[in-house]
Amino acid sequence: MLTKKAKKRIIILGTFFLFSLVSIFFIFKSLDKNLLYFKTPTDLLKSESFVNGKEMRIGGLVKKDSIFIKGDEINFVITDLKNEILISYKGTVPSLFLEEKGVIVDGILKDKKYFIANRILAKHDENYMPPKIKEKN
Amino acid sequence: MLSITGNVLILTILVITCLIIYKSLASLKNKKDVSILPIIYQLNLLQTTLTITTFFVLVAAFIVSDFSLITVFQNSHTSKPLIYKITGTWGNHEGSLLLWINIMVIFSFLFFVINRKNKNYQLYTLIIQNILIIGFFLFLFLNSNPFNKIFPIPKNGLGLNPILQDPALAIHPPLLYIGFVGSSIFFSAAVAALITDINSNYFARSIKPWIFISWIFQTLGIVVGSIWAYYELGWGGFWFWDPVENASLLPWFAMTALIHSILVLEKKGNLINWVILLCLLTFILSVTGTFLVRSGVLNSVHTFANDPSRGIYILSFLSLMILFSIIIFFKKSKKEKYFFNINSKETFILGNNWFMLFYLITVFVGIVYPIFTEVVADTKISVGPPFYNSVIIPVVIPFLLAMAVGPNLKWNKNEFFNIKKFLTLFLLAILVNIFLVMLFKSSSFIINLILITSLFLIFYSLTDFYNSIYKKIKFDLGRIISHLGFGLMIFFIALNSNFSYEKNFNAKVGEIKEFNIYKIKFNGLGVKEKKNYHSIAGSFSIINIKKNTLLNLDPEIRIYKNPETITYEASIKSSAFQDYYLTMSNISGSDVYNIKFQNKPFMLWIWISAIMISLGGFYNLLKKKNKKIIYEN
Repeated sequence: MLTKKAKKRIIILGTFFLFSLVSIFFIFKSLDKNLLYFKTPTDLLKSESFVNGKEMRIGGLVKKDSIFIKGDEINFVITDLKNEILISYKGTVPSLFLEEKGVIVDGILKDKKYFIANRILAKHDENYMPPKIKEKN
Repeated sequence: MLSITGNVLILTILVITCLIIYKSLASLKNKKDVSILPIIYQLNLLQTTLTITTFFVLVAAFIVSDFSLITVFQNSHTSKPLIYKITGTWGNHEGSLLLWINIMVIFSFLFFVINRKNKNYQLYTLIIQNILIIGFFLFLFLNSNPFNKIFPIPKNGLGLNPILQDPALAIHPPLLYIGFVGSSIFFSAAVAALITDINSNYFARSIKPWIFISWIFQTLGIVVGSIWAYYELGWGGFWFWDPVENASLLPWFAMTALIHSILVLEKKGNLINWVILLCLLTFILSVTGTFLVRSGVLNSVHTFANDPSRGIYILSFLSLMILFSIIIFFKKSKKEKYFFNINSKETFILGNNWFMLFYLITVFVGIVYPIFTEVVADTKISVGPPFYNSVIIPVVIPFLLAMAVGPNLKWNKNEFFNIKKFLTLFLLAILVNIFLVMLFKSSSFIINLILITSLFLIFYSLTDFYNSIYKKIKFDLGRIISHLGFGLMIFFIALNSNFSYEKNFNAKVGEIKEFNIYKIKFNGLGVKEKKNYHSIAGSFSIINIKKNTLLNLDPEIRIYKNPETITYEASIKSSAFQDYYLTMSNISGSDVYNIKFQNKPFMLWIWISAIMISLGGFYNLLKKKNKKIIYEN
């Protein structure tokens, strides 16, 4: 027979483990739901599992002469020198946002050629280039 | 000249450090003598003095702009204001590593001088700490030497990144470092405690002030970094759940768990193994954070000067440290008996530790998972705010409740907490929440819960405060301040994130735009000339149509000369109830400016309450110095 004390200890330890298991399950489940994929325009074209309205990050270079301001929108094209995607954005751009420079945008994919950005990210480092493009050059 | 001085100093300190270890080992062998040889004190004093001198030699090199040193050349410029020449010393990898070592050495010295009761414990702590010091000195000397020369000597430097030329970022690294590196001393002490099998109460008392100091500074460091990001990076947020920001949270969670469980050890003598594990974990996580940030394995929006060779060094050092501490822990740790009643303070402190570890694991998984998928599956992903929000926010709710109730329970006694107080305050919190929701005309289920529980914690802490002042019930005032601060912080963050208003638009000079309750007029542009930059300043009038108030904001586009960089300076008007935040940018000189306008309620209060959290710790630390330790109940 277990003593009262031992029983209590088992209960405490048991709850602790159960709690931990549930929470780890919980962590990984949310991880699965909330991942942001980082893609280049070519990745997007190749990928078969296209989901409209999926949140993701896209990286590449801002194409030359593609920045176009219309109303409250800023439109530009991101290229990885093979394929391109049109980006539409509202708001301020980071200081390193320039033609033919690297850029990463956060936002929602509308279709394989059109993307609505919520945020433009720029590294503080001015030599920055999204790694995938650097590899290809 | 300064290069030779610096290198000679570093080598001398290395020799002294080895001598300290050697003398300490010799002294340990002599078991009859319980006193410590004066030579060890003298060596320690010498080591500390020389390390501080080395740091000031580097500062001097920055002040006189000695460009024969690569580090100075890369991070300074003659036209920089004096204050940023000085702060530039730790605004780079090499200099900040020297600062890191300074803190390790100073803490080592102070700990050694203050804790004199147990010779073996004192000496083992010293030895372990000095082994760590040697590790970092070798790293500094071999890989990241701030005194390396460049030839031919350049006429001028490359300048400091303009976004680092800022008062908040001048104090952010030292604050954060005292927290990060301060934890090295209780890492060493924990290892020493395992080896020497010291009385757990003495161990607890000897490391407690150091835990408090590290925790206070780390908290402040994170807050200051956050404030800087808010006004300097121009997107109007203060926490982006970016991997680099998260890396600073890992040791903070471990330290916060430690600051609570050390109380159990000190008061009850329980949990010695757990406290030791947390001590080890805190410093390991600090070094892990440094590794992740400096090695470039993370994809972050904040960039540090990355260098894979640094990463390899830190990683090998880190692995050795982990391996060594695990071996010592399993060889030396004792079995202990636990006496716990479910409804006692200890249980709630363990509860706190559970929450802290939950947050720690969540953040750790969030940081490491992208590295993992990139290596294993070659897919690049990033784990952003949605993940952290969905995992952490729901767990904050029970955490806030426990935080209010826990401290009011008695040690070791199975006694139910005051249900009447609980229900009254809970009801009050719900009422205030309903009032707030009606005032702001918006609500989501989870925000309501967060508001209610944070209000509950605030009310609970306030009644504790009232009781301790007027009814003379002995409460730990430091705890009340910190818990109240945390409750307020969550409360204001919840209000802020839910009721912020943001509008992005493009405008030309002279245009007027109307949104929601605001009319925004772009009045004009002006040019300013400063010592190291010139700027284009926009002038905007914000008219609140509902309240009929006028506000002027003037964001700038700054063009720095050295290095030639453009930065966008937000214009912020802070008041007790809200911040107005406006940034403008421009693409390749077009006459259309891109504008981001934000109204953010209670920003000031988020900072104040976050600082309050660390003030509570500060209060407790000072109280300890007066030897008047008052425990709750």
